[in-house]
Amino acid sequence: MNLKHILSEIEKVDPEVYAKLDTRRSAMKEFARVSGKIAMAAVPIAIGSMFKKAYGGTRGATGTMDTVVEILNYALTLEYLEAEFYSTAVSKGTALVPAGAPAGAIATISGHETLHVAYLKSAVTAAGGTPVAKPTFDFSAGGGSGNGPFKDVFVNYQLFLAVAQTFEDTGVRAYKGRAAEIVKGGDYLTAALNIHSVEARHASHIRQMRKANNFGDVKPWITGKDTGGIGTAVDASYKNEDNITQATIDITTLPGIGGNISFNAATESFDEPLSKAEVLAIVGPFIKP
Amino acid sequence: MSKKNLLEDQVKAAGNASTQRLSRRNFLGYTGLASGLLVVAACSKDDNPSSGNNGVDLGSGDTGILNYAYALEQLEAAFYIQVIATPYANISATEKALLTDIRDHEVAHREFFKKALAGSAIVGLEVDFTKIDFTSRDSVLGTAKAFEDLGVSAYNGAGKLITNPDYLVLAGKIVSVEARHAALIRDLISNGSFADSTVIDANGLEISRLPPAVLAIAGTYIKTKIDASHLPTA
Repeated sequence: MNLKHILSEIEKVDPEVYAKLDTRRSAMKEFARVSGKIAMAAVPIAIGSMFKKAYGGTRGATGTMDTVVEILNYALTLEYLEAEFYSTAVSKGTALVPAGAPAGAIATISGHETLHVAYLKSAVTAAGGTPVAKPTFDFSAGGGSGNGPFKDVFVNYQLFLAVAQTFEDTGVRAYKGRAAEIVKGGDYLTAALNIHSVEARHASHIRQMRKANNFGDVKPWITGKDTGGIGTAVDASYKNEDNITQATIDITTLPGIGGNISFNAATESFDEPLSKAEVLAIVGPFIKP
Repeated sequence: MSKKNLLEDQVKAAGNASTQRLSRRNFLGYTGLASGLLVVAACSKDDNPSSGNNGVDLGSGDTGILNYAYALEQLEAAFYIQVIATPYANISATEKALLTDIRDHEVAHREFFKKALAGSAIVGLEVDFTKIDFTSRDSVLGTAKAFEDLGVSAYNGAGKLITNPDYLVLAGKIVSVEARHAALIRDLISNGSFADSTVIDANGLEISRLPPAVLAIAGTYIKTKIDASHLPTA
């Protein structure tokens, strides 16, 4: 290995490396000081802190630190919702979720959502923002009345899994819906993507649980805009999932096996984003004003 | 020559030694931060000076990343086409239906990239499945698990290398479907392993991979030589 070569490689990635070395010096020092004191798992957050100092305000219209903080807080709000939903379910014990594989799966998911909350709170702070406070939730979807359409969600296993599926599928769509705003967002974007795919794994498993219990005729992926028999109350979470056009290409015109790609395969093979406004409208009834 | 000796030589050669030491300190701080990828790239170039004309060139920039995704989708599609053409012993109707769905999704992804990349698309890759026993459920599902987990980690890792927001969203639309596949395949192998600690870190985040790490794994199953040397690295 050749040190001059490494420097030339850095110069290719960052042509202004020499000029920046001095101006970023304090940020580098701070990074070195902080990273020496914290656990390895938290290093990406410390890098985030360093990047704010080194790059803050120079990222252009997309990916500004204000945007990053706002998106992290948006994600945090959704993770608060999921974390409390699953921790409440776990607290009900076998009265809600059968022992064995089902309880194990819900505990696994609950653990991830709690970790996501902690991670995102740290990330918001590291990015120079203030983590939003946890809202007061109403999982009956009653807007605080506790008497909404899902009021039996923690006593009725079938309803619980239906709401869980909706939250997971909505979460996947919500992360996707903000990705474009943090294009070239470095570690923040990677972190968001690395949460996004975990939510998709959860969604897949919850759907399998519903299918195994004959609670809904669903597959691990979303077919058309089908809710799997949950009902019109959750239609907004599946709106536009029947899209078959990607980057102006109609997927059903492409060659598949034994004919063109089917409508079902075209819709299943691409998950669709939801805008911030759409997501807030969906979660609104679950939040006490 | 070791790093230390090289630096000392540079310091000796410089007229103003104190300035040079300051630069050195800053430089070391910078390399400490820079991702390991930079170092890997620097080293691999030393080891392999004749880059270019080194197999199928994925290209550079966003096109390179899209071709990288196209290469992985070609691999997955070819695998599932074979799985359904020669199903493993005693495959259940349910498993065959699910694996057929996945086959069709991967073919859709493959054909989408081919069409979207048009004249910039790489050629069809030749795969090498000699290590897979398509008559064995364990072998097929084990390979499927490896491919799906790899695909998720690849899209997640490549996200930050994409500059066009539309392409980033497209990658996002696909990666969550790959994650749904991965979770299902894992549950078919061992129910409840849909998101275990082999793919999820202590923060509850998926463990992503950058292109060199992905291609090193995928390369076992791809006969065609791939030149990824022009892909963006940061």
